Amino acid sequence: MMQRTSVLLLLLAVGVAATQTRSTPTSKDNSVYAELAKAPKKAAARRNPLEPDPDAVAAGAKLFGLHCAECHGEMAEGGKKAPSLLADEVQQASSGTLFWLLTNGVVRKGMPVWSKLPEAQRWQLVSFIKSFTPAPVSSAGGEKASHP
Amino acid sequence: MTPFSRVTQSFFQRALAFALLPLAFASFALPIQAQESPYIVTYDHYLEEPGSLEVEYFSTFGTQRGGNDFHAFWAEFEYGATAWWTTEVYLDGQTTFGDSTIFTGFRWENRFRLLQREHFINPVLYLEYEQTSGADKILKEVEGHDVEADYAIPNAIARREHDHELESKLLLSRTVGGWNFAENTIATKNLTGGNPWEFGYAIGASRPLALKASAQRCSFCPENFVAGIEIYGGLGDRYSFGLHDTSHYLAPVVAWNLPSDWTLRLSPGFGLNDNSHRFLLRWGVSREFSGFGAAISRLFGGRS
Repeated sequence: MMQRTSVLLLLLAVGVAATQTRSTPTSKDNSVYAELAKAPKKAAARRNPLEPDPDAVAAGAKLFGLHCAECHGEMAEGGKKAPSLLADEVQQASSGTLFWLLTNGVVRKGMPVWSKLPEAQRWQLVSFIKSFTPAPVSSAGGEKASHP
Repeated sequence: MTPFSRVTQSFFQRALAFALLPLAFASFALPIQAQESPYIVTYDHYLEEPGSLEVEYFSTFGTQRGGNDFHAFWAEFEYGATAWWTTEVYLDGQTTFGDSTIFTGFRWENRFRLLQREHFINPVLYLEYEQTSGADKILKEVEGHDVEADYAIPNAIARREHDHELESKLLLSRTVGGWNFAENTIATKNLTGGNPWEFGYAIGASRPLALKASAQRCSFCPENFVAGIEIYGGLGDRYSFGLHDTSHYLAPVVAWNLPSDWTLRLSPGFGLNDNSHRFLLRWGVSREFSGFGAAISRLFGGRS
């Protein structure tokens, strides 16, 4: 019985490890940004209704820390699991496009759908992401955020 | 020490080790806050974040006519294998007052997101294998002709029945205007004996108390609370489909997502007909750990 349980636990652990060892997006891989181009025109054209809200960036920063920083990095610089949000592809994308991507995720590449966050919170996140000023890529290949 | 108590002690040591193992691995992972739904029976279409482990504990206190009231409980280990697949293991137990406390079985559940993007309605396929005894009382779902009287049997007799069930659900869910609406259709087959397919349903609606997040980190901000209602019950079986001899419940639900990475849930449930328990009080506590998969992978020499 104990042996069977041990084998089962080992199989579970190997299974968990296997789901994690696949290639993950990096900040240098431009294909991870290709999804942005798939936003329908109508969605991409949507304006952020919270643009004039002075608290939207701060609230978005809080939400980013709670839900996004684990994969995208504390300063959105990207990590092993998710790409940088400081890249031109993201910063030059329209607010509507970012909102669309947040809502729909990129499920097959590991980005969950975030429609479980209310619409207003997704716009707050967009406000925060758009508030980053893109900095030039350093010689080491990393990116640094300069945040207002 | 008698042989019986040695066996009992050994069993509980193993059970404890099994239950604590994921927690030990989780200690290598980071806690993160997720926006958890308040439902206890109904499922929406949102899966666990990839690589995250959610450790949950739930209790159900139930009144019992013709028998003793009970407290059923389960531990749940929910892992986001990918963004489209969540898998979880349950360990069930119960205390029937004036009777005994027993372990009643385990469940292995899988949920698969069927469509990549958000649609008007979002389907998720749910497949579960469960190996439980007839004494299981967690009432995680109500199906077939499950009625209150089934739960009045003393533990010593009920636990002699061993069920191997395959449970499938089609989860349909949509979030609009901050409201989530979810409907689950349940079809269950007990693989032991010639039992027919049994059916059930669960329907839920919920909404955060505030849609905009406040700028400050806070415990009591209204956006941290999600409230709603769920209704669930049986729909008979293949040979007698319908509402006769079935039980049904209505349950307000509330979840409190704390910034300290914990989620608390509370749900008083009320039986809607004479076949139902009059009152079920459910509560639960959960904590999500990100990076659990990566920690396991590192343990096996993986890159992440």
